[in-house]
Amino acid sequence: MTDTTPATETLHDVTVTVNGIRRSASVPGRRLLSDFLRHDLELTGTHVGCEHGVCGACTVLVDGQPMRSCLMFAVTAQDHAITTVEGLGSAPDARVAPTGESMNPVQQAFAECHGLQCGFCTPGFLTTVTAYLEENPSPTSEEAREAISGNLCRCTGYQNIVKSVLRAAEIRVERAAEEQP
Amino acid sequence: MTTQMFGMPIRRKEDPRLLTGGGRYLDDLGHDALAAAFVRSPHAHARIVDIDASDAIDVEGVVGIYVHEDLPGRVGEPLPLLIPHPTLTHGRTGHALARDEVNHVGEPIVMVVATDRYVAEDACQRIRVTYAQLPVVVGIEAARAGELLVHDDVPGNVAAHMLQEVGDVDAAMAAAPHTLTLDLDIERSACMPMEGKGVYARWDRDRGELRMYSSTQTSTGVRAAVAAKLGLPLAKVECIAPDVGGGFGVKIVHPWPEEVLVPWAAILLGRPVKWTEDRREHFISAAHERGQLQRVTVGFDDEGHLLALDVKLWHDNGAYTPYGIIVPIITSTQLLGPYKPGTYRCEFWSLYTNTVLVTPYRGAGRPQGCFAMERTMDAIADELGLDRTEVRSRNFILPTEMPWDHGLLFQDGRPLKYDSGDFPASLDKLKALVGWDDFADHRRQAEAEGRKVGLGIGCYVEGTGVGPYEGGHIQIETSGRVNVSTGLTSQGQGHETVFAQIVAQELGVRMEDVHVTTGDTRKMAYAVGTFASRAAVMSGSAIALAARNVRAKALRIAADALEVSSEDLEIVDGTVRVKGAPATSMSLGTVSVLSNPLRYAFDEAAKAATQFAGTFDPDKPPVADDEEPGLEGKDFYSPTQATFANGMHAAIVETDPVTAEIRILRYCVIHDCGTMINPMIVEGQVHGGVAQGVGGALYERMAYDESGQLLNASFMDFLMPYASEVPTIEADHLETPSPLNPLGIKGAGEAGCIPVSAVIASAIEDAEGFPIRRMPISPNDLWELRRRHADGAIPSLHRSSRSSRMSPKEPTA
Repeated sequence: MTDTTPATETLHDVTVTVNGIRRSASVPGRRLLSDFLRHDLELTGTHVGCEHGVCGACTVLVDGQPMRSCLMFAVTAQDHAITTVEGLGSAPDARVAPTGESMNPVQQAFAECHGLQCGFCTPGFLTTVTAYLEENPSPTSEEAREAISGNLCRCTGYQNIVKSVLRAAEIRVERAAEEQP
Repeated sequence: MTTQMFGMPIRRKEDPRLLTGGGRYLDDLGHDALAAAFVRSPHAHARIVDIDASDAIDVEGVVGIYVHEDLPGRVGEPLPLLIPHPTLTHGRTGHALARDEVNHVGEPIVMVVATDRYVAEDACQRIRVTYAQLPVVVGIEAARAGELLVHDDVPGNVAAHMLQEVGDVDAAMAAAPHTLTLDLDIERSACMPMEGKGVYARWDRDRGELRMYSSTQTSTGVRAAVAAKLGLPLAKVECIAPDVGGGFGVKIVHPWPEEVLVPWAAILLGRPVKWTEDRREHFISAAHERGQLQRVTVGFDDEGHLLALDVKLWHDNGAYTPYGIIVPIITSTQLLGPYKPGTYRCEFWSLYTNTVLVTPYRGAGRPQGCFAMERTMDAIADELGLDRTEVRSRNFILPTEMPWDHGLLFQDGRPLKYDSGDFPASLDKLKALVGWDDFADHRRQAEAEGRKVGLGIGCYVEGTGVGPYEGGHIQIETSGRVNVSTGLTSQGQGHETVFAQIVAQELGVRMEDVHVTTGDTRKMAYAVGTFASRAAVMSGSAIALAARNVRAKALRIAADALEVSSEDLEIVDGTVRVKGAPATSMSLGTVSVLSNPLRYAFDEAAKAATQFAGTFDPDKPPVADDEEPGLEGKDFYSPTQATFANGMHAAIVETDPVTAEIRILRYCVIHDCGTMINPMIVEGQVHGGVAQGVGGALYERMAYDESGQLLNASFMDFLMPYASEVPTIEADHLETPSPLNPLGIKGAGEAGCIPVSAVIASAIEDAEGFPIRRMPISPNDLWELRRRHADGAIPSLHRSSRSSRMSPKEPTA
């Protein structure tokens, strides 16, 4: 605590590529990446569950790697490429669902396996699993459980999320096969 | 025939939206809103001497700073005591902003409204509150001792003292061949939804109307409470529960201080205001549950039949009682589970402590009750050398004895009367699933490898679907789109899907044409809320009844237009057609057109409903005397009592002989919630409930120190289970329909978590050979128990001393 009146905060121009689109905003140095995405860019699909990096709900992909956006400042994302849940459906192996949404294999698998209930933690799982399967395309059940064990979910008991990871791996293979002539 | 929808594992309608970033939770709304933040008490018990905000006023971006004295009229009066009860003689509630005393760490004292949350929190940090600290009451033992008081005018810290007795317990106990007394202890945990609470309010100055959004389990409740607090006509307030990121009970309480203050500030400032709870706030200023001390005295005969059950409960209700004494009432009644107690007396004291208030958390007192009863069953089995399932089964209420009236009053003030259930069948299924009778071999094998394993069991009965009522409204548009609304809210239960399944089935329409809205007071003003595993039973039944009304109306109109009898018609995939002559038909959209005679043709469909469009009877009015325009219908469901679901769980655990680490090797569930609307969703509810139960059994506790500081108020320190802590759940179902409602359904939301602490305690006890009477249990706790057992401070189970571990009595019965 300080007794001096704070000076007006210095703003920084931040430019980030989010879901393939260059986005800019002027923000204070202390603006969290999660708040930047949610409130400055109004991409509210990324959720904040704890603000101290434990729950994983705010996980986004920074240059393809899962990162907790509540533990990053927006300014540190300068010139990096970020993928949020809103961008997952733009992947080459995404498909448009009958209801009109484009979903990548992980999103599709969660829908098929009842891998979500309230949906609040889900974007963090989707980004985490999407990145995981890039590097581990055919996990065992135990590996799938391990892969998601850094994210908290209070609704599902995780069983159907594990199932979703395994199913997503299958869908990736199916869709890759479709693309072969 | 329309495709079968009811009872099928249909994929959820809400998922494509929630999976693609399309969910709209509270903090996703109101990007133009001002942000509120709060100065909260750092002390558990103190008088507020002075509040100095002079350093905060000049923080750039601060719009307003408010203390209790700023709150006019009813805004400043104590928050309502929502559920009064005759035995709650000393109910106390807090203020939206503390008046002159704080009674727990986290109680709100000052509200700051600013241009954004960062600025609002800056200002909070510059506000200096001077306190005079008061003695602190933490823990049930301190509260029960009554030497220090939470509220000066509440002697002994006793908010409520309640006694219910059926039969002459004293006489039966005195005559019982055997008696046992168990002292039991359950610690606090909390709902911990991934999304905290939140409120967002907009005031329409021109119309004098308030629209508010709250992450709540009852939008109608919030609306009524806020209208009353702010002195607004109900007609000028609307409340919407947007997507809600989990509730588990904590969001049924209303109005939270912020639900009063945020709309009040929005009106005062004429600008939208929003508050989003952060995780620390959720820990210290929302609500907890579970904490109880219990003493059970039981009398039984040589065969293990219960003769007398005498239970005393000391319940920690925290600093205030806004939600009444629902939790201990449920514990004291649902404790009986599937058993006949012979005679029963339950007495409880609900006690104040200087901690966060206690309100229902999934299970709502049942996990504690189940723990008491099931620990008692295991103790009887051990005392008599009987198989634990045999003792249970000898005391079961049998299907032929249903309905079974316990002679007690339940939480809704109505008789505790079980409507249906087949407990022997459930137990048989469970024993087969977990391999109960083969466990002795399994144990021998493990012991030969130097491993310790144990098998545990727990049974419960859960009153679900309590009243007073819910409603359903259905309207079919001329496009054939079916709009369904019910007033209770959703927090992940898949209501959009299951209610659509009911409508699709009842009405004969396609799932994709059905669109369900919940928790929006503009769409359905009469509702109670989502709690007590009641949504499927209450709103599901109301919606089914409404669908039947709409169907009858559609058939009436179509019969008239097609000049056939309505008995000859059926509705298949949204088309009304003559049975056996499907070419004679019209779509429900067309029926909708006919249902609403028009003057103006705004589109092709409307043209067919205008006054010159077709033949009509000049002697009849366009809308018949006993009809209303529009193809819509509404109905309400209001049962005379709750419907009782039940289940039985078993687990095999392994305890490390050296480190006392506890691992769940298998977890088996038999669950009976009557007829299932969507087994996939029911199973998901069971999985989630068990996971929360595992948290409560092995990891989660609220670590208050003696000064009332919550030492583990973060996800770093409060150990909520990750995937690595939750076992794979093997579940099987029994469907014993409820005779009480049109669909035969019972609630399923809370079930999974109810018996878990009892089951895990039973299994650890079985592995270790000494009694487990306190949950949750950590490896440290178990290690300490082992040490005390080795020192002789804790006795062995009789079974351990009666027979060698290599030839256990159980399972032989």
